[in-house]
Amino acid sequence: MKRLLIGVPFVWLFVLFLVPFGIVLKISLSDIDLAIPPYTPTLEVSDGWAGVAAFFSALDLENYIFLTSDDLYWKAYLSSLQIASISTFLTLLVGFPIAYAMARAAEEWRPALLMLVILPFWTSFLIRVYAWIGILSTEGFLNQFLLWTGVISEPLTILNTNTAVYIGIVYTYLPFMILPIYATLEKMDASLLEAAEDLGCSRMQAFWLITLPLARPGVVAGCFLVFIPTLGEFVIPSLLGGSDTLMIGKVLWEEFFNNRDWPVASAVAIILLLILIIPIILFQRNQQINKEAQQ
Amino acid sequence: MKIKLATMTAVIALCASAAVADEVRVYNWSDYIDEALLEKFEAETGIELIYDVFDSNEVLETKMLAGGSGYDVVVPTGDFLQRQISAGAFQALDFDQLPNSANLWDLIKDRTEQYDPDNAYSVNYMWGTTGIGVNVAKVTEILGEDAPIDSLELIFNPANIEKLAQCGVYMLDAPTEVIPAALTYIGEDPNTFDVDLINKAGDVLLAVRPHILKFHSSEYINALANGDICVAFGWSGDILQARDRADEAENGVEIAYNAPKEGALMWFDQMAIPVDAPNPEAAHMFLNFIMDAQNMAAASNYVYYANGNKASQPFLEEDVIGDPAIYPSDETLEKLYTPVAYPPKVQRVITRLWTKVKSGT
Repeated sequence: MKRLLIGVPFVWLFVLFLVPFGIVLKISLSDIDLAIPPYTPTLEVSDGWAGVAAFFSALDLENYIFLTSDDLYWKAYLSSLQIASISTFLTLLVGFPIAYAMARAAEEWRPALLMLVILPFWTSFLIRVYAWIGILSTEGFLNQFLLWTGVISEPLTILNTNTAVYIGIVYTYLPFMILPIYATLEKMDASLLEAAEDLGCSRMQAFWLITLPLARPGVVAGCFLVFIPTLGEFVIPSLLGGSDTLMIGKVLWEEFFNNRDWPVASAVAIILLLILIIPIILFQRNQQINKEAQQ
Repeated sequence: MKIKLATMTAVIALCASAAVADEVRVYNWSDYIDEALLEKFEAETGIELIYDVFDSNEVLETKMLAGGSGYDVVVPTGDFLQRQISAGAFQALDFDQLPNSANLWDLIKDRTEQYDPDNAYSVNYMWGTTGIGVNVAKVTEILGEDAPIDSLELIFNPANIEKLAQCGVYMLDAPTEVIPAALTYIGEDPNTFDVDLINKAGDVLLAVRPHILKFHSSEYINALANGDICVAFGWSGDILQARDRADEAENGVEIAYNAPKEGALMWFDQMAIPVDAPNPEAAHMFLNFIMDAQNMAAASNYVYYANGNKASQPFLEEDVIGDPAIYPSDETLEKLYTPVAYPPKVQRVITRLWTKVKSGT
């Protein structure tokens, strides 16, 4: 029974991660073709062993080699990493004070505050991003308001720039940052802070020496939850971003839809996955070693 | 959106296996039909109509090439149709079930034959040109009364577009339509496969790129109508719809459309039935319904696009059939060119060039 329960996450991982990964990997090794589906070779199981053998003998790495022949792909990866890093940092900057205030709020207020953070999820993500188009456009609410108050005399161009992408990402992913940080801060023992103050710490020092280190697991979790989906983000840059917002999600879309080149698109996706997974594994191993060292 | 489409397809694929005879699924361009027609079809035939929309040929083509889209009727543009036919994505039409096909216009049928020999797989829905929509007041304010609003000079001459950038310029996100226009601007064959010439057209686009606010294939209708932008290189009927919406909103925005005088691309959106359509019989009924002279006229009167249906012309309103931006004069028709499907190698050059134009990389 126990073994069965432990098995559940593995089955989940196998069906929803490893099998799709295998399919994408397989397509990334085949060649483009004008057919349904538009690549060759396809695995002909009906031909038995001969079909499988023919399939494997025709595979090669040329799609991966192709990716190195054009600097577009590296630039798109780097630009995505940059956008994801900056967005994660900005989300942390906005999210931490909110989580902190929530955790310090009176106990009876907390469920209501938590509700307010989760509430936007009840509206479709797409509609919320569309709403930002109405707010940020040249004739939009923000510009009209700023013109009305006299802060600016010419409307600002925000929509279709990277600024709009950052606003969209920070807005969309903010709850993913707030919730884990709030969870760790809320569990924090308040007597630790009292003890620190008794021992002569200023409130500022107590924050840096006690609160922040204890909040670290929440911060790390929040950063991962924001960074990983942002790296492959497609919807926000395509709705709010300009034509020069270069992200790997868009490049992948173009390979898949404009070039109809499923194999190259799959190769791009596999590389993206490797770029994500390897640092995460290294980071977790590092965490593990630190933990063991502490014990 | 991607996620939504994916789930939608998944749901449709699931339902398709249990397709009932009284359901037809149509996948057409956005803002491309009078919705009253859809209700009329349901009332006349008792068939439930499920109507989804897309805004790029690439999205449709990917669905067709993936197979199992679950749609009964789809509407690709000529050059895309041609490639999908050779991939085996469509079934030959049964003209016995399409008596209204007698209404079709020979002039258009002759031109669509280059994509669909003998017009065996498709019938024309609408056709139009790709050209320039302007907010007349804003553009003349910036460039003066003699602004070249009917010429590619307006969008491809850096001197002009640099000034127009302050009020906003949109361009179609459709490389296979914009690159031929740039080739026309430099006096080359718009349908060339010559990579050097295509790159020369790319230089034209790279020079104007910094002044283009966005490359997008549907947002410009609202953006033009609201006065957010002043120039759009887009599809004829979409720009005329923007004109119409601005009129209705009475916001003082006046929109004009012109097919560029140097030569404009003429495209054809063709209705076809996927090879794995769950309900081909109902699909034929839908095609036949649309080809009815009055129905087709109602569709054109609503979306401001010309159609390939000769019999519908007496039912067209004067501001449709009488507007040379929709039904061009014979003289202009001569100057319109029809695009061709690119071979994969040239397509890759074009897509790569387009990425460079859009992102600068």
